[in-house]
Amino acid sequence: MELLFALAIGVLATCGVYLLLRARTFSVILGLTLLSHAVNLFLFGMGRLTSGAPAIIGLGTESADPLPQALVLTAIVIGFAMTAFVVVLALKAAVELRSDHVDGEDPDEDRP
Amino acid sequence: MNHLMILPILIPLIAGASLLLAYRYSTGRQRSISVTSTFLLAVLGGWALITAGSGDYHLYLAGDWPAPFGIVLVLDRLSAVMLALTSGLALFCVLYACRGIDRQGAHFHALFQFQLAGINGAFLTGDLFNLFVFFEVLLIASYALLLHGGGRARSRAGLHYVIINLVGSALFLLALGILYGLTGTLNMADLAIAVADAPGSDRALLTGASLLLLVVFGIKAAILPLLFWLPRAYSAASAPVAALFAIMTKVGIYAIIRVFLLVFGLGEDPLNETAFAWLWPLALLTLALGGVGVLGSASLRAKTAYLVIVSIGTLLATLSFMTTASLGAALFYLIHSTSMTAVFFLLADLVGRHREHGYDGFTSISPVAHRWLLGTVFLVAGVSLAGLPPFSGFISKLWILQATTAEEGAFWLWSVLLAAAFLTIIAVSRAGSSWFWKPGELTGPARPLDRSCFALVWLMTGVSIALSVLAEPVGQYLTQTAEQLHAPEHYLQAVLPESFAEYQARETAP
Repeated sequence: MELLFALAIGVLATCGVYLLLRARTFSVILGLTLLSHAVNLFLFGMGRLTSGAPAIIGLGTESADPLPQALVLTAIVIGFAMTAFVVVLALKAAVELRSDHVDGEDPDEDRP
Repeated sequence: MNHLMILPILIPLIAGASLLLAYRYSTGRQRSISVTSTFLLAVLGGWALITAGSGDYHLYLAGDWPAPFGIVLVLDRLSAVMLALTSGLALFCVLYACRGIDRQGAHFHALFQFQLAGINGAFLTGDLFNLFVFFEVLLIASYALLLHGGGRARSRAGLHYVIINLVGSALFLLALGILYGLTGTLNMADLAIAVADAPGSDRALLTGASLLLLVVFGIKAAILPLLFWLPRAYSAASAPVAALFAIMTKVGIYAIIRVFLLVFGLGEDPLNETAFAWLWPLALLTLALGGVGVLGSASLRAKTAYLVIVSIGTLLATLSFMTTASLGAALFYLIHSTSMTAVFFLLADLVGRHREHGYDGFTSISPVAHRWLLGTVFLVAGVSLAGLPPFSGFISKLWILQATTAEEGAFWLWSVLLAAAFLTIIAVSRAGSSWFWKPGELTGPARPLDRSCFALVWLMTGVSIALSVLAEPVGQYLTQTAEQLHAPEHYLQAVLPESFAEYQARETAP
């Protein structure tokens, strides 16, 4: 499970960073989303991976750490709100600047 | 437990929430709620200064949960200084905004209050994850405040600002994840003990986490490779927002001081040395780049944005010496530079509105109304900002230079700092002479002087004069603050007496 988990985080982070470095706002937002998924999984994994363990001490032989779950929940909520905001901002910028380039203008626009 | 301590967070949160509900009310009522809340914050800032002046750490356990389990708020001298500075600055900004800028878009006052709640929370919290949450609160409010008033330049700057800060948040969470995974705690005091106790095999990962945190705070504070969002964002924001943003970069500085002197500062061979070794050359380069930018910018707002970068470079370079004297000098410079860059953002708007055309750009030569009045305030503010005697800029620079004389590397700091100051003097005097001397008489009737804004800018410039008059008591307070920061043991003693006693027993045991 550890290998699969680590690979998932790695793939998500790689795709996220790649998309983040693109010049169009839509792919940048997708990149941010993937990156935040990777980060959330990473935070979750920092409570150590166990399956089927309750998050309350005494209910089973072993228990899962509840704190990273709470942290991830907070991070998801904040990340969700931020993604919604950046989508709206990107739309506003695309309408106002008539370009979906992150700089607001396409550097290759004038080339023949 | 003193419940006044949570009020700097609660008051603006409640005011912001009620302003959201009251958005149908008249602008006057909204303004009165916002100004009242900010005024109360200023009073609380004064209270915090007096309370923390005793030298004790004041704790507030949220929900009365004991320290490492619940969230703890800690008021010490540094927090008090930052709280007072923020609330004072905010009061000027909100009063300036009440002169009409708040009507240019929706929900200005609500966003302003939420921003204050986030900033105050970041200064008070003693928990690293809580610091992240307050960072997000102040950031999301600042995203919307930056866009206040609308327009193409703001949308363009806003996009950069939002995206780089979202990446910063992701990195912040990564660093927190590593720290939690290795130590099992995120309370700053508990973390400091756990980091000092950590086995040697964890050291590389902990250093990695600390450097990730440095990158995150570096984005907020605008250190060299991470500062290119700042000039565009700050020069696009409306005047009171930009003036408030002068404290935002200082939140990053505060976080660097707090985290690297407390969390990574304990033990024989503290981890923060790696971070400060990185910080030193980067800070000098930031300072140099800021100096060049000040000389090369095309409008007063852009120039002020680069002055913010100069102040960040100076602060961090002084901090990297890690001595009590240099830290005290840096804190004095922090107060001075925050208030003076804020003055310049407001001044750019004030003078710009009284010019015939061209707003605050240097490219157009246009006559300015009320040349004598505006020119005088520009001269006084410029003298203080550039670090010429007799105002606080001079005293703060002199203190920085004196505090670092004997240190290794002082040569570099002296030369870069003085060169940047020289470039600042050239740039500011060139701006002043091209605005107030060069253009001829007005072609049309003079626009009436905006007296309230003029008085506000004068009052803020007066802060600099007051700082230079009261330099001794302020300097003493800040020296004591620096001493307190360099003795993290007392912080741990106050927050976690039992764990700290155990830690000390382990340390002294053979």
